[in-house]
Amino acid sequence: MAKIQGDFLVGVFDDDDVIMHAIPEIREKGIKIFEVYSPYPIHGVDDVLGIKRSRLTKAAFMFGLTGTILALTMQFWMLGFDWPMNIGGKAHTPFPTFVPVTFELTVLLASFGMVGTFLVVSDLKPYGKPVVFDPRSTDDKFILVVELQKNKMSADEISAVLKQQGAIEVNLKTIA
Amino acid sequence: MQVTSSVRPPLVTGGKTAHDVTNDICKQIEGKPTKLWFFALTISLLLLSFGVYTLAITWWEGIGVWGLNKTVGWAWDITNFVWWVGIGHAGTLISAILLLFRQKWRTSINRAAEAMTIFAVLCAGSFILMHMGRTWLAHWALPLPNTYGSLWVNFNSPLVWDVFAISTYLSVSLVFWYIGLIPDLATIRERATKPIPRAIYGALSFGWVGSAKHWSRYETVSLILAGLSTPLVLSVHTIVSFDFATSVIPGWHTTIFPPYFVAGAIFSGFAMVLTLMLVTRATFNLQDYITLEHIDSMNKVIMLTGSIVGIAYITEFFIAWYSGVEYEQYAFINRAFGPYSWAYWTMMTCNVISPQLFWFSKIRRNIAATFIISIIVNIGMWFERFVIIVTSLHRDYIPSSWAMFYPTLYDVGDYIFSFGFFFTCFFLFAKFLPVINMAEVKAIIKSSSENVAQKVKH
Repeated sequence: MAKIQGDFLVGVFDDDDVIMHAIPEIREKGIKIFEVYSPYPIHGVDDVLGIKRSRLTKAAFMFGLTGTILALTMQFWMLGFDWPMNIGGKAHTPFPTFVPVTFELTVLLASFGMVGTFLVVSDLKPYGKPVVFDPRSTDDKFILVVELQKNKMSADEISAVLKQQGAIEVNLKTIA
Repeated sequence: MQVTSSVRPPLVTGGKTAHDVTNDICKQIEGKPTKLWFFALTISLLLLSFGVYTLAITWWEGIGVWGLNKTVGWAWDITNFVWWVGIGHAGTLISAILLLFRQKWRTSINRAAEAMTIFAVLCAGSFILMHMGRTWLAHWALPLPNTYGSLWVNFNSPLVWDVFAISTYLSVSLVFWYIGLIPDLATIRERATKPIPRAIYGALSFGWVGSAKHWSRYETVSLILAGLSTPLVLSVHTIVSFDFATSVIPGWHTTIFPPYFVAGAIFSGFAMVLTLMLVTRATFNLQDYITLEHIDSMNKVIMLTGSIVGIAYITEFFIAWYSGVEYEQYAFINRAFGPYSWAYWTMMTCNVISPQLFWFSKIRRNIAATFIISIIVNIGMWFERFVIIVTSLHRDYIPSSWAMFYPTLYDVGDYIFSFGFFFTCFFLFAKFLPVINMAEVKAIIKSSSENVAQKVKH
């Protein structure tokens, strides 16, 4: 993941509806939004920010499918080919009794694979220092961050737009 | 903005704002532990140490120290296992099924319920390991290559299914719970002033910052995990019931077992959540978050599942008669009127009659009554498993093999071990991790708090 560096304008909002309405207005002014931080998910913010729908569902499906194939192959190979056992004279490889283990391994691989993918793509890890623009974004404030280098407008102009759109304060933050 | 009907009672009372939620929940973690907490933890540790003592002897001497005999080969061990697994169903049910059903009242209780689930499943697992006798050979239950050629496990056996079901359930519940914790751990990290807690919560929070992109993925992950956990939670107790249902013992060999076990599991799980939440609510002053509305909703679930369990008991009896199989008929007559009739009628009273009191809204909304009934329900559910296991076994086909089961000190001690372990874990959780999902409660404050209810009315 790209390193976060440079000068940023941090707009603080205290209501999720205000920030939701502000985002399209700010984008219309030609300001590129770096990122929005919130204490809980703001529903619909992905659409106004233009975030694509996550492909994690597909990842989960693929991992689940891997689990299904793995479980079935394992059971058929072990009891059908590697060491067929006579258990009460029954068939060596009865499919119905393989269903529970197959189901469990499907769920196990789908969950762990999806969560692992989520942590990797979101760069979430127990070590390393996260960049926190405003610590209140994990409490009750909604933070809209604009990267100055990526925008043509001056800091004052952007700041005025943010305030006009309902930001309660706008701070400059430099991250080395 | 979402507008909630004024008919719906508020889920967060006391005019709380998002900032109050952070303060109220983090206060427990940041402050010094109370005397009451130390007292509770000491009692749990005492229970645990007594349990560790009897468990050590059980392992050293073998399970011969239990009261089992040639006829009754399963008794308290499997009773406790099924009981704890059942209790462990509430957490995932609350967070997964209620999430899919968009029940907002889950947000205040899901965190503690999920934690409880994990500890309960660990307790259940400990009985599985204990009842193997030679616990150090527990890995034989897994399909691992071995020097016998490789001789694989028998995948046709419900006991092997159980190994997969319980371990999958434990690990998926753990992941689901932890993913839910990450945003709240980040909140605690940002509030921490001392370097050591900051470093610990910093590592635990995985560097969460709550960006819109992360939240978008996070919501997808939660939803898919809920979707995966819902069939999982139903499959686990179904498979546990297969341990009995696929055998040919009269009283066990019934097709009603899977749904009946699942209903019983939800029944006892909700009761345990209520027992714990009522105590947590009082000690941590969480009356504004866990309101009478929450207690009322949970009591309704208890009433419904309790009634399903009651119908299952009666259906079993009817089918035993209707089947015309005399061994089956005898097994049930013996349950109700044989030497274990006291256990049967304890079960009937606790599980069938006591939840019916919840038809009255006064009782559903009475904290003392709810607390007492929640404990009675779990006593009843323990007896249900005891009745199913022991009464079906103790009168074998040959009357010369008939026997009774008498628990020894080690049966009791090993059960106490699980209580000690469970409560020690729960009290540590309640002190060091947020007992209420702050992020989710904040998300419903705008639509379901008291402030909104008043605004909508005027």
